[in-house]
Amino acid sequence: MSEAGAAVHAEHEREGFVRHYIFSKDHKMIGRQFLFAGLVMLIVGGLLAMMIRWQLGWPETPLPITGLFSEEFWDGDSWLAQTLPYGTITSEFYNALFSMHATIMIFFVVVPIMVGAFGNFLVPIMIGARDMAFPTLNMLSFWTAVPAYILILLSFFVPGGAAAAGWTSYSPLAAVPDYLGVAGPWGVNLWCISLIILGFSSLMGSINYITTIVNMRAPGMTWFRLPLIVWAIFIVSILLLLAFPVLTAALGMLLFDRLFGTHFFLPEGGGDPLLWQHLFWFFGHPEVYILVLPAMGVTSEILPVFARKPIFGYRAMVYSMIAIAFLSWIVWGHHMFQSGMDPALGTAFTLTTMIIAVPSAIKTFNWLGTLWGGSIRFPTPMLFALGFVFLFTIGGLSGIFMASTPVDIFIHDTYYIVAHIHYVVAGIIFGIFAAIYYWFPKMFGRMLNETLGKIHFFLTFVFFNLTFFPMHFLGVGGHMRRIYNPLHYEFLEPLQGINVFISVMALCLGASQLFFLANFLWSLFFGRRASENPWQANTLEWTAPSPPPHGNFLTAPVVYRGPYEYSSPEVAEDWLPQTRRVEVASAGGHG
Amino acid sequence: MTYLRFASTAPPEVRRRPLRVRPQGPPPRVPEPPGGDDWGDHHGDEDAFRPPLSNACLGMLVFLGAETMFFAGLIGTFLVFRVASEAWPPPAMPRLPVGVTGLNTLVLLASAYTMWQAQQAARRGLLRRLLHGLGLTALLGVTFLLVQGYEWMRLLGFGLTLASGVYGATFYTLIGCHALHVCGAVLWLLGVTLRAWRGRMALPSTGLTLCGMYWYYVVGLWPVLYTLVYLA
Repeated sequence: MSEAGAAVHAEHEREGFVRHYIFSKDHKMIGRQFLFAGLVMLIVGGLLAMMIRWQLGWPETPLPITGLFSEEFWDGDSWLAQTLPYGTITSEFYNALFSMHATIMIFFVVVPIMVGAFGNFLVPIMIGARDMAFPTLNMLSFWTAVPAYILILLSFFVPGGAAAAGWTSYSPLAAVPDYLGVAGPWGVNLWCISLIILGFSSLMGSINYITTIVNMRAPGMTWFRLPLIVWAIFIVSILLLLAFPVLTAALGMLLFDRLFGTHFFLPEGGGDPLLWQHLFWFFGHPEVYILVLPAMGVTSEILPVFARKPIFGYRAMVYSMIAIAFLSWIVWGHHMFQSGMDPALGTAFTLTTMIIAVPSAIKTFNWLGTLWGGSIRFPTPMLFALGFVFLFTIGGLSGIFMASTPVDIFIHDTYYIVAHIHYVVAGIIFGIFAAIYYWFPKMFGRMLNETLGKIHFFLTFVFFNLTFFPMHFLGVGGHMRRIYNPLHYEFLEPLQGINVFISVMALCLGASQLFFLANFLWSLFFGRRASENPWQANTLEWTAPSPPPHGNFLTAPVVYRGPYEYSSPEVAEDWLPQTRRVEVASAGGHG
Repeated sequence: MTYLRFASTAPPEVRRRPLRVRPQGPPPRVPEPPGGDDWGDHHGDEDAFRPPLSNACLGMLVFLGAETMFFAGLIGTFLVFRVASEAWPPPAMPRLPVGVTGLNTLVLLASAYTMWQAQQAARRGLLRRLLHGLGLTALLGVTFLLVQGYEWMRLLGFGLTLASGVYGATFYTLIGCHALHVCGAVLWLLGVTLRAWRGRMALPSTGLTLCGMYWYYVVGLWPVLYTLVYLA
């Protein structure tokens, strides 16, 4: 391998810095680019969340940054002094905080890391291809996303601040610039433009993933020998492909309403505010599954490896993902029970929403079945994958409560909803961490530190639950989401103790991530060198060198079996790579 | 691979790619590992595992799927307003030029036929006919755009603007988005024509196929929009 490694390095040096690291057409480098972009935004989004919690725990108390600057500074007209007068979070800035926290976490962290980073890194190599079907389009997809990133970050600095109409930007609040009560219209405008640009990036990505998976599988890699993460990315690409253009159309119309005096979403010109909600959630609910399916795929990859067992019900896993994808198109109305809807229609949406819980439950039980009787090992990726299963179960169950209209009328727009979305979407971050800990050796050729990783997991897991579980109580107590100062409401005063507790736990949760940051940065340069297959896993990426060279494989892989044949009776070892040909006539195999 | 030249007399034989389909069903339990540089991917004709649709065509189809959803969003919006309104067009709003646009529809439909003829010519290696067909197609596309533009100017003169309620807003966004697509298709077509004219087009040409797919899509979409927006 060392000879090959040397050859690889020689090739990289020939490629030149710009070609190799910046305008790279190698799917693995583009995956790394998306990963770094997503992680930077994760830090930004996390800091926004910390500020939100500060304001809710200790309303209108100056942030501990006031002392850092002089009186003259705070009296001046710099951006910081204007946005945070004397370190205090204003109500306008608070609106921007929660709007941008959600936007950044959903569009600029989870999708780019899960689909952009891991989709790019894993899809070609796991199906045994040298690269994507359209490497140039792939590069373009990343470099189209970059302006979107820059615009959304710049929007904090325009007059009036960043978008402050919530990540859902309901009209008429978002459709009329004056309604937000801020000094300039460009926050929401840039929000729209940024997301439209991001839509083009995701379109290019989807085209690439779908074409690659359909056309470029290695010999013997049949559809039902695909690893489940590849299935997940395939289905997610189809959802992204079909859902995002609808959002693009809606965003265009919203922008027209704001800039050119149309009245799509404004009643005074014959428009319909509800139409925005329909269009947004028609995109928005598939988006939820766009976020969660890759995390499910990651979990399905990791559990068999560390339980040393085949995945339980491979085909059921595939079919349930397909079922989720289909059903996700007909459940959007459950976001709108309170918006004024024909009760009969509401009942239909209740029903479809409850039905979508079935395939989700199939997946959860299959994960449990995979663990059952396995010889389970607990390295950090496994811990995070199990953490995801736990959090997804809680988030999924609270979703069933909301699905029924009568319950939703009570908990709509309360912290119960906030608890639910964080158990699901922030739970997906557990899937992201699992993926990073699991594939880091393949991506960067070095191992992450296990001790730091375990500390990171346990602190994150404990503080995550202490942060988000009490939000259920707040919600049932009637605590509205998106309010600036809970102390403005007399009936919320008894709940303020919970708010303070949550804020302390959230700050601890944020601080725990420093272990990950330190581990990531240190291991990137000084971690133990990774072998080709450190986890003794079956899938194709582990037959390539770590990190794989441009072109991925030293010899073209041929696939003889499914991806999860662990503890197979056919061989002495407890793993059986997909490329390994066993001469004995086999009666094994699975699902 | 043949390059077209003006000087060459048109060879009458038809170039056909042998139809090679990926074997269906799971491979045998002990498949013969295919020898050599065999990847089933994008680099050439030597693949044994040629998928039924090339990467480029599949990618284009997928892209058209996304386009369809984009227009579905706009058409959905239009229908919501159209169905909910009692009088359409709303009173005191200018009527749309049904007749002229109907003729214009025929112009656009004719361009699909000339495009098909051009592709036939390309398949038989007839350069002059190919250029003829492509040029005519582009001409018809430009005519369509010019007539549309002229009608828009007239409508704007009658006071129908983006700001005149949802009637004006849906008309200009929906029809405007289609016009933008025709514009893009014409530019692409001119690029393809230029390449063929300079004798740089290799046959069979993926660029021509893709441009054709996009052209048919844009043409095929128009009767739907015409029926919904102008006739219904």
